[in-house]
Amino acid sequence: MEHVEAADELERLKERKTKNKVTIIVFSGELDKVLAAFNIATGARSMGMDATLFFTFWGLNVLKKNDAGNTAKGWMKKMLGWMNKGGTDRLPLSKFHMHGMGTWMMKKLMREHKMPSVDEMMVLGKELGIKFVACTITMGIMGIEKEALRPEIDSFAGVVTYLAEAQESSVNLFI
Amino acid sequence: METIKADAGLDCFGLLCPMPIVKTAAKIKEMQVGQVLEVLSTDEGIIEDMPAWCRATGNEYLGVEGSGGEYKVYIRRLA
Repeated sequence: MEHVEAADELERLKERKTKNKVTIIVFSGELDKVLAAFNIATGARSMGMDATLFFTFWGLNVLKKNDAGNTAKGWMKKMLGWMNKGGTDRLPLSKFHMHGMGTWMMKKLMREHKMPSVDEMMVLGKELGIKFVACTITMGIMGIEKEALRPEIDSFAGVVTYLAEAQESSVNLFI
Repeated sequence: METIKADAGLDCFGLLCPMPIVKTAAKIKEMQVGQVLEVLSTDEGIIEDMPAWCRATGNEYLGVEGSGGEYKVYIRRLA
């Protein structure tokens, strides 16, 4: 009986083998942090690794359409929607945002250095095969409807999907 | 270093990390196994990144030429 269990355990461990994969939780909705996540993911795809980005909480702002409007229902969610518009055009810097001045200057500098914008990173990431996952729990809490999000998203999922992917990844990051 | 003869070139002038590597990965797929690619880059990070990329992808890193902001990196497609 015991050797059957051991064989099962071995089979289970074989399946759990770590893959050549990067899993990143994009929790922040700030321009600089989001670009860091995209940089790592595109780099990973370029060296043959799989890459999945899980967008949750403020990170969902990256996936919001710039012209989505406020589709939230209920006054609290609606208020949150007004304060937290989201969209790639509105992502602030994590430092020196200065009511948009600092972010405007940083974007200008990045363009001068031919650094891709978040929108360009999204297109490139899609081409390279990065997987985009939107967290359904935070979508629910914040009143973000699927219609308000961009079409690049591969799936809508929860923490178990993240953990299952994280378990088989060799690189795991929380940004 | 002896000058290496490249079969193809890739101009990444002015591009920042990770774009030179992204473009290299795409370019090398168009080439034959055994052919040499020359990548022109102004990103100093390429000096460390390209050998690391070659190790990770199973291609051969042949070396780098140049200094002071402009680098020519040579790699051979093996994988």
